[in-house]
Amino acid sequence: MSAEFDISETLDVKGASCPMPVVKTKAAVDGLDAGDILEVLATDPGSMSDIDGWASGTDGVELVDQMEDADVYRHYVRKTG
Amino acid sequence: MSTDTPETVADGTPTRAELAARVEELEAALEDVTATQDSKKMSIVATKGTLDMAYPPLILASTAAAFDYDVTVFHTFWGLDILHEERSKNLQLSSVGNPNMPVPNAVAAVPGMDRVTTKLMERKIADNDTATIEELIETSLDMGVEFQACQMTVDLMDYDEDDFYDGVTVGVGAATAIENMMDADIQLLV
Repeated sequence: MSAEFDISETLDVKGASCPMPVVKTKAAVDGLDAGDILEVLATDPGSMSDIDGWASGTDGVELVDQMEDADVYRHYVRKTG
Repeated sequence: MSTDTPETVADGTPTRAELAARVEELEAALEDVTATQDSKKMSIVATKGTLDMAYPPLILASTAAAFDYDVTVFHTFWGLDILHEERSKNLQLSSVGNPNMPVPNAVAAVPGMDRVTTKLMERKIADNDTATIEELIETSLDMGVEFQACQMTVDLMDYDEDDFYDGVTVGVGAATAIENMMDADIQLLV
C-alpha cells in the first residue's frame, strides 16, 4: 500500500468493534502534532461510516482518505489543530 | 485639565470612559458565549443494570468524549451496578419478558436459566471482540467522562462509595442531573 502522504503513526485496531476504533483513534490523534497523519487499520465494517462521522463532527481533525483493502479498512486522519 | 475628554457632555452623548466600560462589558459577555460554544456537553441518565442495557450509555459516553463532548452519566437504581466494580463484572441477562430471545418464558423462568443466558451472551461478546463493561468504564474514565452515582439509590441499595470504580463521583442527586441536562446539547435517558 503506498499512500500519497506521509504517515506519522499507524494505529492497529483490527478485531476491535464499536466504539473502540473511534475511541482509540481519538486517543491516538491527541498524541500527534498538528499536520501529522494517523493511519488506522480496522476490520470493523462500521468504521467506514463511524470514522467519517467522527472526523466531520470533531474540531481539529480531517479525514484525508479511506479505503478497503483485503478485509482491512484503512483510514487516514490528519490532525489540523 | 485637557478639554479632549470631557467628563460629562451636556447633550447626553456617552463619555469616552463610559464607552470604554461598555466595550469591556461586551467583550466579557462575548467571551462567555464563545466559551460556552466551545465545550459541547452530553448528559446521560443510566437506570438499567442488565448486561445488555449497560452497553448503550457506555458506548455513547465514550464515543461522545471522542467528539470532545464533556460527558456526564448519572447512574441511578440498577444503573448503579454498572459503576460497582465487583457487580459490573457479573451483570446478568434474562430471557424473561424478552420475546426476541430464543427461550420461551416458561423455560426462561426456571431457576438458573439467567446464568445460562448470561454465559451465552458473554461468549458472544468475547467471540465478537466486543469490549467488556469494565474496559468501557476504564476507557471512558481515561477520556474524561464523569460518572455520577445517585446518592439516594446508593443508600437504598446499601452500597458504599468504595464499591465503585476510582474516579466515580458520589454525593450527587437529581438536581445535579437536572443542572447537567440544562447545560447539555444532548440529553438521554437509558
